[in-house]
Amino acid sequence: MENLLNIFVRSIFIDNMIFAYFLGMCSYLAVSKTVKTSFGLGLAVIFVLFITVPVNYLLDNYVLKSGALQWLLGEQAATIDLSFLSFIMFIAIIAAMVQLVEMIVEKFAPALYNQLGIFLPLIAVNCAIMGASLFMQQRNYASVLEATTFGLGSGIGWLLAIVLIAAIREKLKYSDIPAPLRGIGITFIVTGLMAISFMSFLGIDLGKLKAQPAQTENVMPASPAEDMPNPTEMKGTPADSPSTETATAQDANTEAE
Amino acid sequence: MSALFSAKNREVMLNPLSKGNPVIVLVLGICSALAVTAKLEPAIVMGLSVTAVTAFSNVILSLLRNTIPTRIRIIVQLVVVAALVIIVDQLLKAYAYEVSKQLSVYVGLIITNCIIMGRIEAFALANKPWPSLLDGIGNGLGYGMILVIVAFFRELLGSGTLYGFRIIPESWYMQNGGYYLNNGLMIMPAMALILVGLIIWVHRSRNKDLIEKN
Repeated sequence: MENLLNIFVRSIFIDNMIFAYFLGMCSYLAVSKTVKTSFGLGLAVIFVLFITVPVNYLLDNYVLKSGALQWLLGEQAATIDLSFLSFIMFIAIIAAMVQLVEMIVEKFAPALYNQLGIFLPLIAVNCAIMGASLFMQQRNYASVLEATTFGLGSGIGWLLAIVLIAAIREKLKYSDIPAPLRGIGITFIVTGLMAISFMSFLGIDLGKLKAQPAQTENVMPASPAEDMPNPTEMKGTPADSPSTETATAQDANTEAE
Repeated sequence: MSALFSAKNREVMLNPLSKGNPVIVLVLGICSALAVTAKLEPAIVMGLSVTAVTAFSNVILSLLRNTIPTRIRIIVQLVVVAALVIIVDQLLKAYAYEVSKQLSVYVGLIITNCIIMGRIEAFALANKPWPSLLDGIGNGLGYGMILVIVAFFRELLGSGTLYGFRIIPESWYMQNGGYYLNNGLMIMPAMALILVGLIIWVHRSRNKDLIEKN
């Protein structure tokens, strides 16, 4: 349970799709002119993530992974590795799911359909959806429940980000911005500042709450290398995902206990 | 041969480098543009990968453009792009494993890169293969150019190196008795956004006609 809660909070605040990984930036920048439409798009993203991440999880674990087909074909399938197909399978599932969701929503919830309508088709090519499936594959979640929680959390994080920026942009209209920065330029800079403020969530780890006194997480790659547990490894990782490395290490710790 | 590089075709290829730049003017493909720019090497590899995928997907869909029913064109585009990205991914894993590890999920995300879908929709489906190829290359390079500019500043100021070679001498650093520290903020994701914002600022103050009206 705590594990799920940890994944949930983590995916909303710490590994926020927009502020930590820049996923779904295209629609984030294009649609965030008013709060109302961005809220609609955010809801659609949550909805689609909530469905596609678990489906892709099952697909990955029961079809694509090395030896995953054993449940169907028995021993001889142990060497079958279809993981190179995962990109094309994931995107096919996402496109199909978006289409399906669109039809179901249109049939059973016309009101919701009218609200989401124009956004649903756009979502098939939103990087946040594909990115969540790829992160899910990379992070090896233990159960479909964890994957679902991750999908839901990422969606909520994305909604949070787009609604926040839309609110700021509505106010920005009345500010005196240097002409060349107007519109997209200032949006980039404001998003950057918001990303900096979201960095303050980096130290939170619910898995550690009860077990140990707070463990300082070393998130600033620029701090002196002496107190870093493994400086070479830190350098080797892409600095853009500052928390994933430490996260996996800590998850391993928790499991060991 | 001269017909192949007529003024119009040159325009098709060179326009995306500045006035029609996919990243800073059309605001497409931002996701990966920001995420892989902490170092120059992954930025260059990513730029080249996207150029290859855009160019080839443009050519393929331009060849197919008269046979695809409009209703299912999105899924056809996705399949073509996904197949090309799988090829790129396997090539990177085979010949540049370290970089492919650093790029992690962002290679797969080329599929959903808006530049590619955007160029297919806006250009390849209405033009012959040769201009489509030029358009693809031009847009890929325009994208790569921004990546390289951002990565240049982030790596120089954030790590004191360029393409892995040390530019700021070791002896300047605090731990070696000097007075220099890397700017840790430059490595954080947030700085990429602010740098792109600044690039837009500079670019628009030089091209006044791109300034948005409020």
